Amino acid sequence: MRRTIVIDPVTRIEGHSKITIQLDDRGEVVDAHFHVTQFRGFERITQGRPVHEMPALMARICGICPVSHLIASAKAVDDILAVEPPPTGADLRRIINLAQIVQSNALSFFHLSAPDLLFGFDADPAKRNIIGLARENPQLARDGIGLRKWGQLIIEWLGGKRIHPTGIVPGGVAEPLTADVRDRILAGVPEAIAAVERAIAWYKTDMLRWEEEASTFGNFRSAFMGLVDRDGNVDHYDGWLRVIDADGKYLADRIDPHNFNDYIGEAVEPWSYLKSTYWKPMGYPDGIYRVGPLARVNVAERMGTPRADEELERFRWRVGRVAGSSFHYHYARLIDTLHCIEKIELLLRGPDILSTHVRSRAEVNRNEGIGVSEAPRGTLMHHYKVDDDGIVLWANLVIATGHNNMAMNRAVLQVARHYVKGDQLVEPMLNRVEAVIRCYDPCLSCSTHALGEMALQIQLLAPDGAVLDELAR
Amino acid sequence: MTTVFTLQIDGRDVAGSEGQTVMEVAEENGIDIPGLCHLEGIHDRGACRLCMVEIAGTPKLAAACMTTIVEGMDVTAHSERLLEYRRAITEMMFVERNHVCAVCVANNHCELQDMAADLELTHFDLPRISPKVDIDASHRLFAIDHNRCILCLRCVRVCDEIEGAHTWDVMNRGLDTRVQTDMGIPWGDSTTCTSCGKCVQVCPTGALFEKGRAVASGSKRQRPFLPWLKVVKEERGQ
Repeated sequence: MRRTIVIDPVTRIEGHSKITIQLDDRGEVVDAHFHVTQFRGFERITQGRPVHEMPALMARICGICPVSHLIASAKAVDDILAVEPPPTGADLRRIINLAQIVQSNALSFFHLSAPDLLFGFDADPAKRNIIGLARENPQLARDGIGLRKWGQLIIEWLGGKRIHPTGIVPGGVAEPLTADVRDRILAGVPEAIAAVERAIAWYKTDMLRWEEEASTFGNFRSAFMGLVDRDGNVDHYDGWLRVIDADGKYLADRIDPHNFNDYIGEAVEPWSYLKSTYWKPMGYPDGIYRVGPLARVNVAERMGTPRADEELERFRWRVGRVAGSSFHYHYARLIDTLHCIEKIELLLRGPDILSTHVRSRAEVNRNEGIGVSEAPRGTLMHHYKVDDDGIVLWANLVIATGHNNMAMNRAVLQVARHYVKGDQLVEPMLNRVEAVIRCYDPCLSCSTHALGEMALQIQLLAPDGAVLDELAR
Repeated sequence: MTTVFTLQIDGRDVAGSEGQTVMEVAEENGIDIPGLCHLEGIHDRGACRLCMVEIAGTPKLAAACMTTIVEGMDVTAHSERLLEYRRAITEMMFVERNHVCAVCVANNHCELQDMAADLELTHFDLPRISPKVDIDASHRLFAIDHNRCILCLRCVRVCDEIEGAHTWDVMNRGLDTRVQTDMGIPWGDSTTCTSCGKCVQVCPTGALFEKGRAVASGSKRQRPFLPWLKVVKEERGQ
């Protein structure tokens, strides 16, 4: 008899989703799906609005990564105005974007995923959360909270407020940086670096425990995509798209992000509100690729900052030049964070960072604009069309979690096949199915369930809808 | 010689000249009566009804901006009943169109927002109308978002009385009432608009704004400039 296991909602991720696992007559997993059950409609809401409102409107997509949407949106509007922000304006945008990645990566690693890594996937869920983490390893919890706070403070100081800041505007940023703010941010750099390095050291010693998970958590061959700079190093704000295959061979390099539509297609499936993007040259559904921290470290030659590069060397020595398992998102996320902190310091020490020329102004000069940047979870694309008066006619957003959609589904299936046996529902198996989703740190937007306190209900259903087994926490 | 009247506002003895309104006398004496259509320097028209006050001896409420003082008047400008009415009026202004402060150019510089805060309007009981309302961004420098218009008609009055262009006027009735440029043509096509920007400066909300302004970066001047313009105009005998 065919049965379906439903995990609804999936906890300790950002947003609302559920997982279904289909079993065949013998109780073997035949298919699994990751469903995004919330609908937002921003691409429709923004129609008819003046284009200068777009960054602030788009920031409202999410309270965790508003800055990422502000950056991509401001870049798309820059494109419509046909202006380039002054160099200092661009650097200040870079800094706030990096600070955003630091705080969001910290949330993903320390608050959402570290409880699984510290206590193990078989541990009691009542203990396996950030509170339990704070009891068992207070330093690790403090480091996570400290990093998140530091990132949030930078966003507040540069953007005006921590959530949905208004300082990023078309043409650059609203306010120049003051020496006082620069020094305050710099003062926090040594502790931020120390916190990530402690986490990396802990993760590396702990990593050996998770050999089985690493080999089954979305361990498959796929392409990777990310932004790189002129030298082929990681670039979180600008640059060119690079796509590599599972062996590290370039599928495409130096793609102007304005041409992303030539390479990336979007498919819609009836079972999810999340679109599945695919690499056009390979078609749907074969054109599967991943984005985010793992993709960034895989596609780049180097990170481009000394400490992060050292760590990247070790990472590649341990898991290979192109890491295939999604479990390594965690490690990559820590290296990514380390790089962001180093880069913030480098930018702040630049000679022109206090320049007061931070914004370019122009009228609407084009009817179409594209803005691409790296968000914490991967490459983010905003694409708008406006009329001659600057009223938005059409908007399309290609979100990092959309790029990863097919990869997440494949990872869920892989984990389910490995851990789900028979028609009995057991907690550790279910948590592993959730945990593989958490590797990708999907941002389904709008709400955060950082404490993992949401009720989790899983049902095993017979074809006629009868509940065969049920688990709740 | 001007006749001076003495009267009471909220129990305070105050004095004013014949012809002055209750609103003007209150302002001179530092008594705050709320209002969104009143603006020093242009004629009052009693549009917003927020300045309604109680006058002893009359059962009806009167708009302070439209009521001239008389000797011995006893005015109550603040009471529980008035507060209730003012809250209700402000709420109706919000639900009539689409006001989304979070993404509005006037956020933190908005008289309607301030009014709601002052009156402690914490939530809406009335259903929202959520009409589909247009934006006219055809002018090179400015735009109007009718979603945020409360029909105070300051723009209409300042354009007529101070600038003398009379580009702005009003069309339709009831819920369909809109301010319009020339005879309802796009603002950018107006032949009378001098692009002086006074309408933008006097707009109490984010309905009229400078193009290119991002959210919460409105540019309303703090200095009340209209009385000065009026004086200059009168001195030049215009």
